[in-house]
Amino acid sequence: MQLSGRHREYWRRNLHITAVLVALWFSVTFIPIYYARELNDIVVFGWPLAFYMGAQGSLIVYVVIIWYYARVMNRLDHEYGVQEDA
Amino acid sequence: MSNAQAAFNRQLKRMYSWYAGGFALFVVFLAFAEQMGMSTRWIGYVFMFATIALYAGIGVMSRTADVSEYYVAGRRVPALFNGMATGADWMSAASFIGLAGTLYFGGYQGLAFVMGWTGGYCLVALFLAPYLRKFGEFTIPDFLGARYGGNAARMIGVLAAILASFTYVVAQIYGVGLITSRFVGLEFEVGVFVGLAGILVCSFLGGMRAVTWTQVAQYIILIVAYMLPVVILSTKVTGIPVPQAVYGTVLQKLSLKEKELFSSPKELEVNALYKARMDSFDEKIAGLPDSLEAERARLTERLDVLKADNAPAKDISVAEMALRETPKDEAGARKKWTDARKAAESKAAPPLAHTLAHAGRDQADSDNKRLNFIALVICLMVGTASLPHILMRYYTTPSVREARESVFWSLFFIFLLYVTAPAYAVFAKYEVYTNLVGSTISTLPGWVASWGKVGLVKIEDINGDGLLQLAELTLNTDVIVLATPEIAGLPYVISGLVAAGGLAAALSTADGLLLTIANAMSHDVYYKVIDPAASTQRRLVISKTLLLVVALIAAYTASLKPDNILFMVGLAFSIAASAFFPALVCGVFWQRANKPGAISGMIAGLAMCLYYAVRTHPFFGGDISNAWFGIEPISCGFFGIPVGFVVLVLVSLVTPAPDRETRELVEHVRYPNLGPAERSSVRDEGVY
Repeated sequence: MQLSGRHREYWRRNLHITAVLVALWFSVTFIPIYYARELNDIVVFGWPLAFYMGAQGSLIVYVVIIWYYARVMNRLDHEYGVQEDA
Repeated sequence: MSNAQAAFNRQLKRMYSWYAGGFALFVVFLAFAEQMGMSTRWIGYVFMFATIALYAGIGVMSRTADVSEYYVAGRRVPALFNGMATGADWMSAASFIGLAGTLYFGGYQGLAFVMGWTGGYCLVALFLAPYLRKFGEFTIPDFLGARYGGNAARMIGVLAAILASFTYVVAQIYGVGLITSRFVGLEFEVGVFVGLAGILVCSFLGGMRAVTWTQVAQYIILIVAYMLPVVILSTKVTGIPVPQAVYGTVLQKLSLKEKELFSSPKELEVNALYKARMDSFDEKIAGLPDSLEAERARLTERLDVLKADNAPAKDISVAEMALRETPKDEAGARKKWTDARKAAESKAAPPLAHTLAHAGRDQADSDNKRLNFIALVICLMVGTASLPHILMRYYTTPSVREARESVFWSLFFIFLLYVTAPAYAVFAKYEVYTNLVGSTISTLPGWVASWGKVGLVKIEDINGDGLLQLAELTLNTDVIVLATPEIAGLPYVISGLVAAGGLAAALSTADGLLLTIANAMSHDVYYKVIDPAASTQRRLVISKTLLLVVALIAAYTASLKPDNILFMVGLAFSIAASAFFPALVCGVFWQRANKPGAISGMIAGLAMCLYYAVRTHPFFGGDISNAWFGIEPISCGFFGIPVGFVVLVLVSLVTPAPDRETRELVEHVRYPNLGPAERSSVRDEGVY
């Protein structure tokens, strides 16, 4: 079928959201690993920071990323009329 | 959500609430029975057989002869429950039993697994799950076959799926054998086949439908079993029952304790003794084959002296044993002494501080450690987003919307365990460092002796002072989780619960993997390629027969106790990542990706990954000195993934663009609903 301009816009916005979230995922994963030796000098509630990120902090961000993506996309579906059982 | 689906949801919630309550009562009842004098052996039996009977009951109740029910549980698994099932599917014996131990010994280095095995779900959520659900067929090779036109892409997908899943399933069955042999006292080989029966009762009759509902039940058991001991330990040590939130303070105390311990004169004395032992083995190895003769002569002479002196029978038999165990030939001696040297070497210096990141001899070594950490995290994450038994689960939700939510629930339920594992390690280490090390060897707590009997704890008073130094204690990685209930001084019923949890973790993962392999062969190879006209009944018979055959082969392989099982599991991630990820992601996000591109990309990625593993791992006859940039063989996907992407893109660009039908398929999967004009909202299960 022929996609409408609205359809293309939906996909562009999806790509935009995906790109932002992938960038966030990449930052909370690889920046704490790369600078682990330096970050471990900062201690938060007993945890050296790089250790905390690897053991807990990054994991929390992962859960939030996925929660946020599901929420935003499920709304975007409605906004562009591509939701299921419409 | 339709009314029927809403009613189904309510019914599920009610059923599993009753189930969780019933299970809690069961544990309380056993705890009571233990106080009344029930033996630990029987508690072990009851836990194992009651839980397997429970899974079997769910399996029998969920039996089905419907193709859609068999392959994708009728596509009506709500997001929350699919999340729990994915959690159980995902968390294997290695996560449940091994991870906390890996973190205990590896400290910061072990966190690569914690990050890798959770962060991969971001890739699943953003790149794959919703689109695969919209595509809405049965297997991952189905998607490759439809998107890249024809059987070639499908068959490569089948090959990679089997390669990745089979090594992984062998490791699970091996885990089942370990748990049953340790807790119930069955022989390892018998335990493997008991476990196999436990796996088959779930998947054989009801396929995905039965596996899904047992996995939900298994998740509940495994998460309770994992949390309970460490929650109690945390309450004991800090007074707060949320170990994940408070172990930071314990970690701080642990770091102080480490500083004190690692520089104490007694420890250094023991380290020096092990260093001397290591050097003596070095000498012996260098002196081969003469040193073997000398060793045998020395032991024979000692035996003769003992006999001549009329020494006690015990001493003589020890000396005879030592002589008997002397290696027969040079190769045997080399292996035995190298292992012994390695064991001594690990104790010749204090261990690394728990939180120290990327520790190395010098700056270059430390940078290499960091690069390997990054490579491992990438392979584990991308591998997570490529393992067919996980991706397949997102076919089972009722809608794209629920598929997205379901990834959230999956990671949430997985997160609960992975965020607890580092706390486990820290609490256990703190207990060992403060309460165990330094005490007199004759008065050590009971768990040391009971786990010593099965060889998971070893103690050697090398300096003969009658006190336990840290380096004199050898712990197996598995013992951290298995012994924590006893370390915390809890009744045996909690140990039984932990064993049941480990069993649930191993069985649930094995089920998902076996189903993936059997489906790849019956659906993708038999039905789609060999006999597309096969009747529904015939397809299910073939599928179940293959399930049985694959299960038996896997159990047989596990009963041979292959070494390197951890390496093989790691390899499964790299294989899946290199073969699947580029083709799956480009299949959705890059319309221009075409058949020749995908086929050559998948083959190149897989070949690169296997080539690197063969080149660098001793298991295949390779050597780490052949490594590029010092990357360990377990991270061979670090090269396989980019090669797969580059080849896919280049070959696609020099060959013709895909046809109109393929481009329409891509558009179809990108939108949850394109309206009435869309060709394949009718392609759902009704067809069969």
